[in-house]
Amino acid sequence: MAYLDIQNLHASIGDIEILKGVNLQINKGEVHALMGPNGSGKSTLSSVIMGHPSYDVTEGDILLEGESILEMDPDERARAGLFLCFQYPVAIPGVSISNFLKKAMDARHPEGKTPAGPFLKEMRENMAYLDMDKSFANRGLNEGFSGGEKKRMEILQMMMFKPGIAIMDETDSGLDIDALQVVSKGVNKMRGPDLGLLVITHYERILNYIEPEHLHVLMDGQVVMSGGPELVKKLEEYGYDWVREQTMATA
Amino acid sequence: MPEFDTDSDLIKEYKYGFFTDIESDTIPKGLNEEVVAMISGKKNEPVWMLEWRLKAYRRWLKMKSPRWAFLDYPEIDFQNIHYYSAPKQNVDSTELDPELMKTFERLGIPMNEHDALSGVAMDVVFDSVSVGTTHKELLEEQGILFCSISEAIQKHPELVKKYLGTVVPPGDNYYAALNSAVFTDGSFCYIPKGVTCPVELSTYFRINAADTGQFERTLIICDDHATCSYLEGCTAPARDSNQLHAAVVEIVALDHAEVKYSTVQNWYAGDKDGQGGIYNFVTKRGHCRGIKSKISWTQVEVGAAITWKYPSCVLEGDGSSGEFYSVAFTNNKMQADTGTKMIHVGKNTSSTIVSKGISAGQSSNNYRGLVKVYPGATHARNHSACDSLLIGRECSANTFPYIESEDDTAALAHEATTSTISEEQLFYLKSRGISEEDAASMVVRGFCKDVFKHLPLEFSVEAVKLLEIKLEGSIG
Repeated sequence: MAYLDIQNLHASIGDIEILKGVNLQINKGEVHALMGPNGSGKSTLSSVIMGHPSYDVTEGDILLEGESILEMDPDERARAGLFLCFQYPVAIPGVSISNFLKKAMDARHPEGKTPAGPFLKEMRENMAYLDMDKSFANRGLNEGFSGGEKKRMEILQMMMFKPGIAIMDETDSGLDIDALQVVSKGVNKMRGPDLGLLVITHYERILNYIEPEHLHVLMDGQVVMSGGPELVKKLEEYGYDWVREQTMATA
Repeated sequence: MPEFDTDSDLIKEYKYGFFTDIESDTIPKGLNEEVVAMISGKKNEPVWMLEWRLKAYRRWLKMKSPRWAFLDYPEIDFQNIHYYSAPKQNVDSTELDPELMKTFERLGIPMNEHDALSGVAMDVVFDSVSVGTTHKELLEEQGILFCSISEAIQKHPELVKKYLGTVVPPGDNYYAALNSAVFTDGSFCYIPKGVTCPVELSTYFRINAADTGQFERTLIICDDHATCSYLEGCTAPARDSNQLHAAVVEIVALDHAEVKYSTVQNWYAGDKDGQGGIYNFVTKRGHCRGIKSKISWTQVEVGAAITWKYPSCVLEGDGSSGEFYSVAFTNNKMQADTGTKMIHVGKNTSSTIVSKGISAGQSSNNYRGLVKVYPGATHARNHSACDSLLIGRECSANTFPYIESEDDTAALAHEATTSTISEEQLFYLKSRGISEEDAASMVVRGFCKDVFKHLPLEFSVEAVKLLEIKLEGSIG
């Protein structure tokens, strides 16, 4: 039984069906990449896994450690071990990063309170690792942040919350090479037996920094092809048209 | 009926909604010259004070209740109100009545010198009278006068005569005139030249008796180079009839004086259907009389069925400045029409307005503000920022900013925003493991941050907690 098991997942927004039977299994310790052309349903998949209220799951299931999470609210899913690195993190003006992180850590703590000393130490260490200035902790969450700052903030949260599964939704989009390197550094530090990673991306570029063991191609709401690292090279060389031809041939 | 009906839902929601069963000295309902004289008599006032009251009363009779505010309420029957109600106390004892002590314990107000919050001197007004002031000795050492206004009229008549009604004249408006006629108590403080008040001065207002109006009068004078910080808090029992609270606060700041006035207003706001609650019709004004003087208002308004209140600053001294920081929260059927007036008269005067309105339920929350620059008030500066946050679809928010400038050298800036707590913000915070209620209160707290940071520390913690309680159940 996989740690995260997505079974025949169908989801729609309004009357439009976007996911049309997605199957995907991810275990802790594994790094998966999910690629696909625009409009294939990549971001929808990440939103549905996290429980975004705009989407309806019409068929199938999402199991975490064998238990369905479909009835769980996003905050319960997060506390159960899921994490989503947003493509477009929203700003919460006036809420400082340190306050926000503390509150989110408190929510995970069995007694509802994280001791402040160790929390601050860990936050500062992680910020230093991501080349974030100390003063950052007092800024409003994502308030006036550059694209690179927002993504670092997402990785910082992942490092603090230590999820079982992290989904990175196009984390590389809009990042310059320097920011991409820092973000990858943070992700690679987290890699290990306690984390399963799903890297959703449009470009191969990030996969040079975070090398996946598995690659899946999503097209028209379904995973149409899966393979190992060699598939990244093929995709780079031949593009999605080649995938279409291959799947047509097998169909 | 048990003294504290703790099973009532009402009381669970508004934990200050209990009633203290204490024998009181209450005059019959109704208002006329005799009642005004009776109040004055109860307080053993000098003749000049009675004359001042009667003049105000006659003025009030000729005035009309203001209806320009964006508020909807029935005519108030001024003959159906008790204008004086005081708990009976043993006159020989300096100790507070044990029932009153219990009440203040429940309200979280330490009245023992012993338990008193270090750093806060407190005056408590219970219905129509002040029932005790703490830290008197410490203040006397510095020459600071802090007592009830009734005591000040007896002991410091020259100061009262000199300043009372000079910032808010009796004929200023309908409720100010009414207050001038029938005010029963309130706080008085005078900070002498060059003295920085070592503690926060605080008044706690409690309405207890039924069908009683509370008309308090507060007068604060900061002499040259003096500084003080004043806190005010208020609560009342939960009742299904409306009660009137019409206060007047006057502040005078002389040369280089600084006064910071903070309010947490948590009057009973009525129930979910808008039954009951306090009508809070208040006139607060500060007069920056001296050069480079400064008056700062910070208010957190979370209670009252109806709020009509515009703490203002008259900036007469050259180089003086006024500030107004406000959070107004309305829920259920509450209505608020609140804001400020900044009147620039002197040269190089500056003012800052930061207003945050939060509306939930079917409430109506309105900002009304005036920035006026008189001719000759050269290089006046104002910055106003008025933000509204809506929770749910049935509430409303309006902003009425008036700007009247008669001097070309003025620099005035106004910003206003209206927003809702967005689904994306809630989803983002929830995806981090934070519950929906905590997420919403986090967004609201962030929204209010620019105001809360101006409150004294303990007050700020209290305000955050209070807002969280008020938000419970208003999300979703």
